[in-house]
Amino acid sequence: MRVLYFAAVRRSIGTGEELLDLPEDVKTAGELLAWLRGRDELHEAGLSGRVCIAVNQEHVDESTRLDGVEEVAFFPPVTGG
Amino acid sequence: MIRVQREPFDVGEAYGRLISGLEGKVGGVAMFVGLVRDFSQAGEDVRRMTLEHYPGMAEKELERLVEEASRKWELLGHVLIHRYGALELGEPIVLVMTAAARREAALSACSFLIEWLKTRAPFWKLEEDSKGRERWVEGE
Repeated sequence: MRVLYFAAVRRSIGTGEELLDLPEDVKTAGELLAWLRGRDELHEAGLSGRVCIAVNQEHVDESTRLDGVEEVAFFPPVTGG
Repeated sequence: MIRVQREPFDVGEAYGRLISGLEGKVGGVAMFVGLVRDFSQAGEDVRRMTLEHYPGMAEKELERLVEEASRKWELLGHVLIHRYGALELGEPIVLVMTAAARREAALSACSFLIEWLKTRAPFWKLEEDSKGRERWVEGE
């Protein structure tokens, strides 16, 4: 799965993109977020605040299932406009 | 027309393109232009900013916003341009234009688009102050 990070989350983790094989028990966006936070200190710090999630380029909440999903993104609340 | 681009935009050109072919149908065009100003939400000084975006999703989210606005109001046309990259003070960031037969639809749709764009379109502002310090604008 392609996992993308943007803005402060990207800077904190130190990369904007990772290709990851997920453990079988990670089935939702929220479970993926929790799993990522537990990977190392950089992920824990980068994903510690309020994090928004997009699955296949659409805003979702943590309960969204990841079956067949190719791209998940994590980012801070948006500040465009 | 929906665009996500690095380059500046020309408001006059966008307006001309919007109403071209709609003469006699359009009763009003509403417009919002967002610019880089020299102070932050918290009142700190701002010298320049960099806009980061999520390529692909940014365009899709703007399309979804226009679809939503089109269900609420009878629009005859729209322009949504959002820039990314390095921006200096006074430079335009975003352009929203809506054309409708009546002013109420044009004004309401324009306001709806810029308000929702701010909470949904995946863009992030990184401000730089006069001492060269960077800080991310806090979202809601």
